[in-house]
Amino acid sequence: MHGFIAVYLRELLILKYRLKRQLAGMAVSPLLYLVTFGYAMGDVIQIGEQSYLHFLIPGLVAMSSMTQAFSIATDINVARFYWNIFEEFQAAPITNLSYVAGEVLAGMTRALMAIVVILLLSLPFGVVLHYGPWFWLGIVCNSFVFSSLAVALAMLVKSHADQSLLTNFIITPMAFLGGTFFPVEKLPVWAQMLLSLLPLTHASRAIRASALGESVLWWDYVLLLSIGALCFWFALSSVNKARD
Amino acid sequence: MREYTITQIQTIMISIEDLHKSYGKTQALNGIHLQVEPGELFAFLGPNGAGKTTTIRILTGLTRLTGGKVNIGGSDITTDPIAVKRLCGIVPQHINLDSELSVYENLDIHGRLFALSSDVRKQKIRELLEYIELADREKDLVKKLSGGLKRRVMIARALLHEPKVLFLDEPTVGLDAAIRRRIWALIKRVQRDGTTVFLTTHYIEEAEFLADRVAFIDLGAIKAIDTPGKLMEQLGVWALDQINGDDMETRYFTTRKEAAAYSASKDTGFTLRRVNLEDVFLSITGKKVL
Repeated sequence: MHGFIAVYLRELLILKYRLKRQLAGMAVSPLLYLVTFGYAMGDVIQIGEQSYLHFLIPGLVAMSSMTQAFSIATDINVARFYWNIFEEFQAAPITNLSYVAGEVLAGMTRALMAIVVILLLSLPFGVVLHYGPWFWLGIVCNSFVFSSLAVALAMLVKSHADQSLLTNFIITPMAFLGGTFFPVEKLPVWAQMLLSLLPLTHASRAIRASALGESVLWWDYVLLLSIGALCFWFALSSVNKARD
Repeated sequence: MREYTITQIQTIMISIEDLHKSYGKTQALNGIHLQVEPGELFAFLGPNGAGKTTTIRILTGLTRLTGGKVNIGGSDITTDPIAVKRLCGIVPQHINLDSELSVYENLDIHGRLFALSSDVRKQKIRELLEYIELADREKDLVKKLSGGLKRRVMIARALLHEPKVLFLDEPTVGLDAAIRRRIWALIKRVQRDGTTVFLTTHYIEEAEFLADRVAFIDLGAIKAIDTPGKLMEQLGVWALDQINGDDMETRYFTTRKEAAAYSASKDTGFTLRRVNLEDVFLSITGKKVL
């Protein structure tokens, strides 16, 4: 437990020192999406009975919880390849579980902070959504998946450049195809089936349904938790590989 | 495989038996055997790429061994790495402090990793910052410290949990002569306070000044191991360097008189000096440490 707290606390201290920069970074892209896609196009596009802005904000929440949780990989890599801080953790009498849990929780914390920023940014646009337990559970599950995946991949990459490639090939396509900007149901069945393989598709659906006050599919949450558990196990088994 | 009785184990702090490490087809360590006694200051001397850092990384659990046994303070690194890590403090070759955090925060995180209670952490951090003469810099961000001060903070951090063994990997590399001597004084003080010290270096004078015993390592194997004095005695006390074209020939003598008599019998120029560990390393491996 002490190892987990130490790893998590270190990430929080780093976050504290970079808070202004981090908050600005968390706000830029959601604000651009809100202004361009939501505000400028919101009046001409209607999805079901909702305005596009109502549709977009839960999608942005899902996307940001993914990107911000995954960005912990960048911090781990900087600490590992440039600052060699990873060695300090490896030389300490803590278990791999403590290390992974601390880093995963740090990624999830960043994701939750980013969501609060988005919700605050959406206030001036006059959008009122439901922010109940299912909404927050969806964010927690989604950030758990991507934070765990980030830790696993950060342990396996051999350089910081490799990490950027993974972000380009995994996160960027998922951000656009995971039901964030358009309803997946409008696509052909084969495309829907393909996109249902992406965890973000389920996170977008769960978060959007709860935010719009519609009934949620329990299956989405179970699936996200299962994928998250798998990624967490993957991260645990990857730590030893980073030693050599 | 050698076996130790209980009494023997208590007199050995570090025991390495037939240690092997390979990276693919490259053999980094090739059957290392050595023992270090409690309170000893042991130096691993060798050129870059000899296997010094690999050995220290295996001893501290940072790298997995391919073959052999490592036992520190009675615990096996392979079967009980957590117990071994509790006994060890490590100062790596490169700076691995969190430059964005303060000196105090860096030490505090380390104390938490080693499960020190809040009161103990605060007390030990204050004591150690006094010890390294940095008590007035605890709130400074690490990125504002010089290389020498960072090195001192790293030594303090490694001592925070009161390790039985302190591992120092090239502790003075890149530091100027004055700062290097301050670090040496600090290392000697740590040893006097009862900690076993295992250091790697490729600085001859560092090994000569600090070490109770020295092991020469080259190509992943130990070539010689003894006290600096005994290693040098094998060659003599005085060395005469004679430059022949592009080459330098060195002859060794037990007395200054013998050396002077030899140089007088030749009509070329000589440089007379005391034998050092570099001479021993050169005579054993055929190459220089640096």
